[in-house]
Amino acid sequence: MTPITADATSLFDKLWQARLIKDLGDDRGLIHIDRHLLHDLSSPQAFAGLRQAGRPVRTPALQVAVPDHIVDTMPGRGDATVRGGADMIVALRRNAVENGLRLFDIGDPRQGIVHVVAAEQGIVLPGMTVVCGDSHTCTLGALGCWAFGIGTSEVEHVLATQTLVIRKPSSMRIRVEGRRGAGVTAKDLALGIIRAIGINAAKGGVLEYAGPAVTALSMEERFTLCNMGIEASARSAIIAPDETTFAYVRDHCGSPEWLPVATEAWTMLRSGPQASFDREFHFNCTDLAPQISWGTNPGQTIGIGDAIPPLPEPSAPRERASAERALAYMGLAPGQRLEGLPIAKVFIGSCTNSRISDLAAAARIVRGRHVAPGVRALVVPGSSRVKAEAEHLGLDRIFIDAGFEWRESGCSMCVGMNADRVAAGERCVSTSNRNFEGRQGPGARTHLASPATAAASAIAGHIADCRQVAGR
Amino acid sequence: MKAFRKVTGTGVPLGRSDIDTDAIIPQQWLITTSREGLGKGLFSNWRYRDDAFTPDHGFVLNEPRFARAKILVAGPNYGCGSSREHAVWAHLDFGIEAIIAESFGPIFRDNALRNGLPAITLDGAAVSQVLAQLAALPANRMTVDLERAEVTGPDGTAYRFTMDEERRRALLDGIDDISATLAHAPDIDAFHSADRIRNPYYWVQPPRD
Repeated sequence: MTPITADATSLFDKLWQARLIKDLGDDRGLIHIDRHLLHDLSSPQAFAGLRQAGRPVRTPALQVAVPDHIVDTMPGRGDATVRGGADMIVALRRNAVENGLRLFDIGDPRQGIVHVVAAEQGIVLPGMTVVCGDSHTCTLGALGCWAFGIGTSEVEHVLATQTLVIRKPSSMRIRVEGRRGAGVTAKDLALGIIRAIGINAAKGGVLEYAGPAVTALSMEERFTLCNMGIEASARSAIIAPDETTFAYVRDHCGSPEWLPVATEAWTMLRSGPQASFDREFHFNCTDLAPQISWGTNPGQTIGIGDAIPPLPEPSAPRERASAERALAYMGLAPGQRLEGLPIAKVFIGSCTNSRISDLAAAARIVRGRHVAPGVRALVVPGSSRVKAEAEHLGLDRIFIDAGFEWRESGCSMCVGMNADRVAAGERCVSTSNRNFEGRQGPGARTHLASPATAAASAIAGHIADCRQVAGR
Repeated sequence: MKAFRKVTGTGVPLGRSDIDTDAIIPQQWLITTSREGLGKGLFSNWRYRDDAFTPDHGFVLNEPRFARAKILVAGPNYGCGSSREHAVWAHLDFGIEAIIAESFGPIFRDNALRNGLPAITLDGAAVSQVLAQLAALPANRMTVDLERAEVTGPDGTAYRFTMDEERRRALLDGIDDISATLAHAPDIDAFHSADRIRNPYYWVQPPRD
């Protein structure tokens, strides 16, 4: 009898093999790129490089361009934004038109944050390789594709060759077990995991999220989880495609005739039972509370009701120095509780938490209530399509009646390079992904949290537990 | 890409861990369509006390003995965060020619190597030793020799380092990555033709276009 050979290849191994043009030896491969997403921040210098070298775009049909980072978010906007910013939008437009690339320009109903748009427009599919000059490209790995952020030189390389030369990255898996409690969202899961495994845990490799608590997530929740992969230094995050994925693709591709064949192929995209990883983690989410960051990296996070941990021992000087510096920047002290801390701003948006389910979760808390005096609160939909859908559902009225500003889509206050900023010393509860020093503006104090926590805090005027505020 | 073989010059210690690219080049410097002139923005939120570029003398790069630094020695996970290649261009424009750390943010490291800026990994003990010497000694001259794959610390101690051999050769020869890849053009063409048949749905334009 022939023994049954157990499948020992990981999901990532399968993607690598399928998109490998040529083995270059020494663990390096020439990799085909299925989708290249371009935006206003990281692409102008790449096109300039192409022009200088007299090189054409190798495969225009596989590129999609959308302005998001620098764009203004005020209703009725045009190209005008912060000083110098319009040049970047104009450059993207000119480069797209001159090279025959698809462009979802300002005013186009498909415009939005590149990672939100690429999924909802059916541009990215399971099994693909997807790159973008943006570290949060790992978001799209939620669809079961190999998606990763690149720099501008690599953007130029992809434009010229539709490939990248890559040394095969290390691979990790985290199995997430347990059941999330009430008020505990995918964002809390993402933050809780980073806090547990550390911000350098994935060491630049590919991190597969698996286990029953991951399978149970909706597609939009999976985007949130994978979005934060890079904050654990995973250049790519990935979830094996399943029925949830296929249903999402069907809904966003308009059921083309090729879908059954493709779906059949995509069911093979999973790690075999014998697959091995360079590192494996386990995480149980049953006792996880809603999370909020206290420091200046996403791992410096606690449960909403907890106190800031004591300083690390002097025997760990680096960790201690890092915590001391973060606390000084944030104006906080060990042992202090975050709950009840007054805030100046609330930001609901970003490629982490700006999809329709995020806005709906926030609206459930906001409905019939009002933003506290002295708090400025923004809702910035992830795309023009999300915005239209929210308006169709009447969510915009709920936010506006409650005193929130209802904006056009873009990266907004997550990246702090457009007009939406947090002033020095101001405290902001933000649904974005980075609480780095100065990220939302020089001296800005960012507390990362879920849309529900952000909404509850906006109403309370201080950092608040969303579970204490009944949804309506 | 400019070739890199060897640099000798002032080393500057920046031992904090997890220095992200937002700190290396804050967002206001990204509002540009050029790669030039970003040196002024390097660590600008730490280097300057205000918008008028008044130097903060508490920051290491403002100390006179490190003013002309060519080699930056940093804590682990240097360059984590955003993919902004401006972070690499800012180092080069400032005059930093090599960076040494225990580990790097993955995208920053790739960006550096593609710009002729060696991002060199040494083990934690070696980095700590060099950082301590730079902070303590009046001597702060160091050497990074890529041909010998060796860093020489301020006290003359030599440390061997390893780097992906292909990347090391690319730096030494200053090769153009795109030209090198275009040499595989027939393979790329063949893959495209085959894949259009194998996975036709990856080649159709999505709807609503």
